[in-house]
Amino acid sequence: MEEKPQIGYSKKVMDHFLNPRNVGEVEDADGIGIVGNPVCGDLMQVSIRVEDEIITEIKFKTFGCGSAIATASMVTELAEGKSLDEALEITRQDVADELEGLPPIKMHCSNLAADALHKAIEDYRQKQAKKAES
Amino acid sequence: MVYLDHASSRPVDPRVLVVAGRYLREDFGNPSTLYSRGLTARTALEEARVKVARLIGAETPSCIVFTATATEANNLALVGGALRNRKMGTHVVTSAIDHISVINPMKQLQKQGFELSIAPVNSYGIIDLDALGRIVRADTVLSSINYANDEIGTIEPIHEISEIVHENGNYLHVNATAAAGTIPIDVQAEGIDLLTLSSNELYGPRGAAALYIKKGVRLQPVLPGGGQERGLRSGTENIFSVAAMGEAARLAAEEMHHESRRLTALRDALIREILAIEDAYLTGHPAQRLPNHASFRFGRIEGESILLNLDTVHDIQVATGSACTSQTLEPSHVLLAIGLKHEEAHGSVVMTLGRSNTDADIPVVVDAVEKTVQRLRAITAL
Ligand code: FES
Repeated sequence: MEEKPQIGYSKKVMDHFLNPRNVGEVEDADGIGIVGNPVCGDLMQVSIRVEDEIITEIKFKTFGCGSAIATASMVTELAEGKSLDEALEITRQDVADELEGLPPIKMHCSNLAADALHKAIEDYRQKQAKKAES
Repeated sequence: MVYLDHASSRPVDPRVLVVAGRYLREDFGNPSTLYSRGLTARTALEEARVKVARLIGAETPSCIVFTATATEANNLALVGGALRNRKMGTHVVTSAIDHISVINPMKQLQKQGFELSIAPVNSYGIIDLDALGRIVRADTVLSSINYANDEIGTIEPIHEISEIVHENGNYLHVNATAAAGTIPIDVQAEGIDLLTLSSNELYGPRGAAALYIKKGVRLQPVLPGGGQERGLRSGTENIFSVAAMGEAARLAAEEMHHESRRLTALRDALIREILAIEDAYLTGHPAQRLPNHASFRFGRIEGESILLNLDTVHDIQVATGSACTSQTLEPSHVLLAIGLKHEEAHGSVVMTLGRSNTDADIPVVVDAVEKTVQRLRAITAL
């Protein structure tokens, strides 16, 4: 069977773009990750609540394209309920795969979302370390 | 559905389609042949030349050379003009907001030993005339300035530009792709030596465009071959597109006055209502702008997501100059040239009206834009 060229965004991307999950900011978040996109100038924020090393709540905000919104939404869905270690293993590729692919030029947007999640976890761990010190 | 991207593509006018159909089905002859079918085609070609010449006030129809695209016409004017007239000088000039189909031929000339200068624009996108005066010199063989900009709608003071260019330099090429058929153009009164216009912008089919070449201006062909179009553009003439372009030019000339007044009213209503949205700004000049052109930027949100939302939720088609939609992931060079920061250019939305738009579209569009902006601002990280 001939392979159909993928033009534009997948259904899944459009679904997450039109109905993004977990939009906003976790109140009194335990960890916050903000990353800017050096490529096109977008901004992504992920905030998390952590209980017993488990991400119990996760939210995002983004100043970016449709794919940035969709990938962030997908990342929050993937990470919710996962342990911090599991969540750290979520890769950019995972996000793109779950979304049934992204146009090649949009792959950097999926980096943004995963990076912000990893940063939020780092931020949480740093805060914990500081708490332990004092 | 509300289609607001007439700058990128227009439907063919049904009256033009009739002409195109005739030259596709019945009078499909090759104008270089001598039997009657060929002569009919030849007549159609020459009639189209007359109609296009009239639209822009050309001195004679023979000043019009048909090409396949505006890009090709720009290349013929710039590369063909600079190479043929090299002895006048090897300096060429364009502006910071000119179209890529002008900028890239200019860059190609640079590789062939020409020196390229870029004239700056002010925050409205109007050419800085003082700067242009300092840039153009005796060895400036060609200067190329867009008549009106397709991304921000600003109309340039072409007559003044022509005076500056001719005071010290030589030829002025004007890319009038966005302007022709929408606002009156008079190549003779405005002092234009070379001018590009395209069929689709006149509601004609793609596959035809034209270059006006003032009497006495010499060009070197960029496409050598069978010597059609006075040897300047070889290749069997695309009669159906050219004849249709002629008819489209005739209709545009006839209806321009009425249509531009109608569109100006729609445009102004659209601009007024959209600027009432918080953190929304006009890009380009508020008054010196194309009658069909409304362009904006919205703070804190991104253009591709605005475009996607308007299309999928509201069935409204617009354009954007955001970095996220470009192949290079760079914002539009036009938006940067008028002084916008990267994050400001990010929120660009371009709406270009056309014949199918009516009064009734305005409240629909405004409501959809309000909802879209609201939804995306609820997600934004800024
Ligand atoms: S955020 Fe700019 S391309 Fe996706």
